Amino acid sequence: MVKINGKDLNIAGKSIAEYLAATNYDTKRIAVERNGDIVFKAQYEETVLCDGDSVEIVSFVGGG
Amino acid sequence: MNNDKLIIGGHEFNSRFILGSGKYSMKLIEAAVKDAGAEIITLAVRRANTKDAENILDYIPEGVTLLPNTSGARNAEEAVRIARLARELGCGNFVKIEIMRDSKYLLPDNQETIKATEILAKEGFVVMPYMYPDLNVARDLVNAGAASVMPLASPIGSNKGLSTKDFIQILIDEIDVPIIVDAGIGRPSQACEAMEMGASAIMANTALATAGDLPLMASAFKNAIEAGRKAYLAGLGRVLTRGASASDPLTGFLRD
Repeated sequence: MVKINGKDLNIAGKSIAEYLAATNYDTKRIAVERNGDIVFKAQYEETVLCDGDSVEIVSFVGGG
Repeated sequence: MNNDKLIIGGHEFNSRFILGSGKYSMKLIEAAVKDAGAEIITLAVRRANTKDAENILDYIPEGVTLLPNTSGARNAEEAVRIARLARELGCGNFVKIEIMRDSKYLLPDNQETIKATEILAKEGFVVMPYMYPDLNVARDLVNAGAASVMPLASPIGSNKGLSTKDFIQILIDEIDVPIIVDAGIGRPSQACEAMEMGASAIMANTALATAGDLPLMASAFKNAIEAGRKAYLAGLGRVLTRGASASDPLTGFLRD
């Protein structure tokens, strides 16, 4: 299982690019972190998700 | 006055009003920015929604500097992670460090804030730490590479005004980077007072978000901040400890 934004998903073995392509995120407006480290946009293809990975996908919202 | 720029980390700004974007409709952001005359707006970073949800970046006018905060961070490590994510979102290298351990009073953790400032300044961020006004901590923040220091006036979202006034004045008098009063400013008169004291800028969010007419309040704050700045530059008139001092010529007439 891979944890994405707190949810366990059965997507181990897929790359970040593959996961994002199957979802509806605006890739220009997100940032991705895997196990505490930034995954730069150029690394989406080569970064393969492993069992136990924890991924955060974030964007800007209103705040002070 | 035309040369009176606010300089943060080598970047120049004409406006001394930093606008928050929390707790109100994205549709009001453009009007708020315009009526506030703001050149810097704060944002938060959160788990992303998919494309069908609105994105706040579509509502922020061109040319406005984005100042992401690290809200949600409970320690330096989390603040650093959030700052790096914010930079990866591709909107510049400014960051407002905000680290809180409790959700009741939302007071900043000064020690963790110093640690995060040091790490992020080394990574090239323009670091603007939100802090509890303490002179020793402010000095440590500057030594750690802070581009400004943002002391709280009173608890976040309280609209209570300058509860920490005397301690903010000490920072203004002793610290060489811009002192930007953040959190708790509820009324334009309080923003004006902080600017008269010599604060470099004011950051406000809740005062506007909870006002009856947000853009009108943004404009009231703009005027108050500009008035306070002019008063500071002009130098306030003195205060007598006792007695009076006539404003009119003291030559008597009508009697002799």
